[in-house]
Amino acid sequence: MLRQSEIAQPDSVLNQFRLGDLDAFESLFREHQRSVYGWILRIVRDPAAAEDLTVETFWRIHRAHDRFESARPFEPWVRRIATRAALDWLRARRPESELTDQDVADLPSKSALDPGIAAEIRLKTAQAFTRLPPNLRIAAVLSVIEEQPHKEVAAALGISVGAVKLRVFRAIRLLRKDLESRGITP
Amino acid sequence: MKKHDENRIKQILQQALPPVDSACEPARDLWPAVLRRLDESEAPLSATAGSVPRAVPWPRTVPWFDWALLAVLIVFAVSFPATIPVFLYYL
Repeated sequence: MLRQSEIAQPDSVLNQFRLGDLDAFESLFREHQRSVYGWILRIVRDPAAAEDLTVETFWRIHRAHDRFESARPFEPWVRRIATRAALDWLRARRPESELTDQDVADLPSKSALDPGIAAEIRLKTAQAFTRLPPNLRIAAVLSVIEEQPHKEVAAALGISVGAVKLRVFRAIRLLRKDLESRGITP
Repeated sequence: MKKHDENRIKQILQQALPPVDSACEPARDLWPAVLRRLDESEAPLSATAGSVPRAVPWPRTVPWFDWALLAVLIVFAVSFPATIPVFLYYL
């Protein structure tokens, strides 16, 4: 996702984008649409919301075109805007206690489920996870579930690596307490 | 929290919310939606561009402080009617 080495943007396109050129913006959109969508989907875990947030992200990118520093790489800047949009969405949304096992199963996943872990525990854990504060949830989903390097998570969230580790630790601790309060001892 | 417990929670979490397949992509082309969003945000600006600025409309709601001040004045006027000419003189 959004690897800096993957795509090298021609300077002219970035300069044109910075000046507000719509064709340059479309070119950048075509280049990054998929990676932005994938990054957001990892955070919000809802394909329809990820599509809406991809649109929102590119709208924010266009709005901020004159603040983009063309000397800096484009991808991390885009990822940060996408992460902010996803975080805003998580904050605006009520915790989903009604999350079902089907919702979890509907997501395009790359790993098989462990039959050693009961479906009920999986569902209760998923529900408890949605009750975490959004800033902890986003750090945990990227670091623990998606196994993104702490450095990349820190850059996307605009915080230090130490702060990412602290948020992940707090998320895991809160999750454990929540599960224990509901009679589930991991 | 012990390291073992932490790892166990992480393992369960990964099972509860499996990692998303990185090869996934949007089900539709999102560019038309981006253009619509841009149009929506620019429409109010272009609609007012070049037109004469409109007068500021009368506020539909009056701040609570104004109502309180009016109430105090009425109570004062009812309690001390002799002061009304003095007030009017200084207005």
